[in-house]
Amino acid sequence: MNQIKGIAAATGISVGIAYKVGKEEFIVPRQEIGDQDIPIQIQLFEEALIKTRREIIELQKRISAEMGQEEAQIFDAHLLVLEDRMLIEEVISRLKKDKLNVAFIFQEVLKKYVSVFSNIEDEYLKERIADINDVGKRILRNLLGKERKGLGDLKERVIVVAHDLSPSDTAAMHKKNVAGFITDIGGKTSHTAIMAKSLEIPAVVGAEDATVKINQGDMLIVDGTLGIVIVNPDEETLESYRSEELKLRGVTEKFLSAKDLPAITLDGNQIEINANIEFPDEVPAVKLHGGEGIGLYRTEFFYMNRKDLPTEEDHYQAYKYVAEEMNPYPVIIRTLDLGGDKFLSQFEVPHEMHPFLGWRAIRFCLARPDIFKLQLRAILRASVHGNLKLMYPMISGVEELRQANKILEEAKGELKAKDMPFDEDVQVGAMIEVPSAAMTADILAKEVDFFSIGSNDLIQYALAVDRANEKVAYLYEPTHPAVLRLIKHIIDAAHNADINVGMCGEMAGEPGLALILLGLGLDEFSMPPQVIPELKYLIRSITLKEAQEIAHEALEFSTGSEVEEFAQAKLRGILK
Amino acid sequence: MSVIRKQLTVKNRQGLHARPAALFVQVANKFDSRITVKRDNEEVNGKSIMGILMLGAERDSVIIIEVEGEDAHLAIQELEKIVTSEEDK
Repeated sequence: MNQIKGIAAATGISVGIAYKVGKEEFIVPRQEIGDQDIPIQIQLFEEALIKTRREIIELQKRISAEMGQEEAQIFDAHLLVLEDRMLIEEVISRLKKDKLNVAFIFQEVLKKYVSVFSNIEDEYLKERIADINDVGKRILRNLLGKERKGLGDLKERVIVVAHDLSPSDTAAMHKKNVAGFITDIGGKTSHTAIMAKSLEIPAVVGAEDATVKINQGDMLIVDGTLGIVIVNPDEETLESYRSEELKLRGVTEKFLSAKDLPAITLDGNQIEINANIEFPDEVPAVKLHGGEGIGLYRTEFFYMNRKDLPTEEDHYQAYKYVAEEMNPYPVIIRTLDLGGDKFLSQFEVPHEMHPFLGWRAIRFCLARPDIFKLQLRAILRASVHGNLKLMYPMISGVEELRQANKILEEAKGELKAKDMPFDEDVQVGAMIEVPSAAMTADILAKEVDFFSIGSNDLIQYALAVDRANEKVAYLYEPTHPAVLRLIKHIIDAAHNADINVGMCGEMAGEPGLALILLGLGLDEFSMPPQVIPELKYLIRSITLKEAQEIAHEALEFSTGSEVEEFAQAKLRGILK
Repeated sequence: MSVIRKQLTVKNRQGLHARPAALFVQVANKFDSRITVKRDNEEVNGKSIMGILMLGAERDSVIIIEVEGEDAHLAIQELEKIVTSEEDK
């Protein structure tokens, strides 16, 4: 029995047989070429780049559907390298000068960059070398017309042991046949570690000489929680880990068993469980995880990475697609929430001392009714294709709400004048994320169809804490008694006015806190798709009455940490 | 055709790395102007992620951006914002 210590990259425990993956080495021939071959070699290079680009974009699509948008964005760095002008120009100019085959030249240029980067003392750059190597290998493979033996088609369930795994390798893995993996190099924030977490494959990285100490076929225990690997464990160790593994896997399976069932409490109260999305192509992931609707559809991405303004048609097409895909389930579109921390290149926004207290969200929209009304018209037009609702972000008082609704009425009038169909009764909600709105929720409730609590901003404003500021981040406490009281106040006001109230902040997807929210009477929870199965399971394991008792007790504590501890203990009790 | 040279101090917490470097290159590529970035004796193409990363410009390092072309004015404005912004976005 031998123990190897590494870095815990993705939690969980796996027991299995070692499958060692060698480095992918290419033998690139060095061939002299004549002047007449140069255009052909350039064309070969261009074709390889195009093919690689297509591969990466396909990979991104798949990852975005299976894991999420954030994981897919890892490959944005690959696309940047692929399209890099300096790299491409250098290959072409050396091709003309040295008159050698393009595969050889490309490999030389790639080596040069990697060696320059290796000499710079910088953690971030070290990780980027992995990206450059990964995309470089793809290009070389395509230049040489070779196929990569993928980790996607392993015959049996194994533990992969490798010196290093590229994000592409990791993306090809499947939980079905990869029980865990171990790499010699890599850190906690490497792309490979991030993807392992999303794939829920236990992983230990940075295990130094694991590939030397482990032989093909060794029995391994990967403890991704503690960051250790046990090679050829004795019977006793093996037994204890096996039962631990089964317990962990049992929990996950328990959650998955609930994903397609309705979220009904043991005493028969149905709760709405929705997903937050930013891009239309996230819809398949929502359905896959058992999401019943979209509780927050962010619409800022139309404005990112472009110089011009999106057209009404751009908005309409995206909303129509999501509405149709989710029909008959509801889709709540949040109108533009630009400003604050969101970059916006189209508008000259003056530098602000306190962007979160500044010209953003509904304030910006009311000042630019041209942009706002265009979006509202698009939402209205799309409303005939499904169950669309809309909500305004960052409402701070009822006047803002009335102004926004007035513009909405104008938009309806314009559509009517043009004989364009829309749903007259489209539901309109207000996001409650400013303390002034929370305190006047009773006034606001009379003029909207629903509330959605934006807990991230509500906490930040209520506690006067910028979560991105490391020095004060510890004060950001969703369980702070002030936050719980505000939320209770909002929910009570909504129910008094007979309207529904949901939440689309991170808090709604935290199982322990969700128990309290359920007890406070929250009607709808919206969260990242991956969390849905666990939340559904949780709601199906408790009565509303029990949750109410938990909420009642939670409100009695005087500090956030006491509430947190209490909620976690209750959660453990339920999931036991 | 105008050429604009501007000396700037990198204010971003992460330096001209990670997201800021990617953002810099993405924005630079929106413009037709030729964009060069210099630091000490290194000179690289501002539209190249490899180039920008190679500069290794940490926070508080001084770089010179040189922009040449029709849209130079707008380009320098947007690039300056990225370099001098303290946020990591």
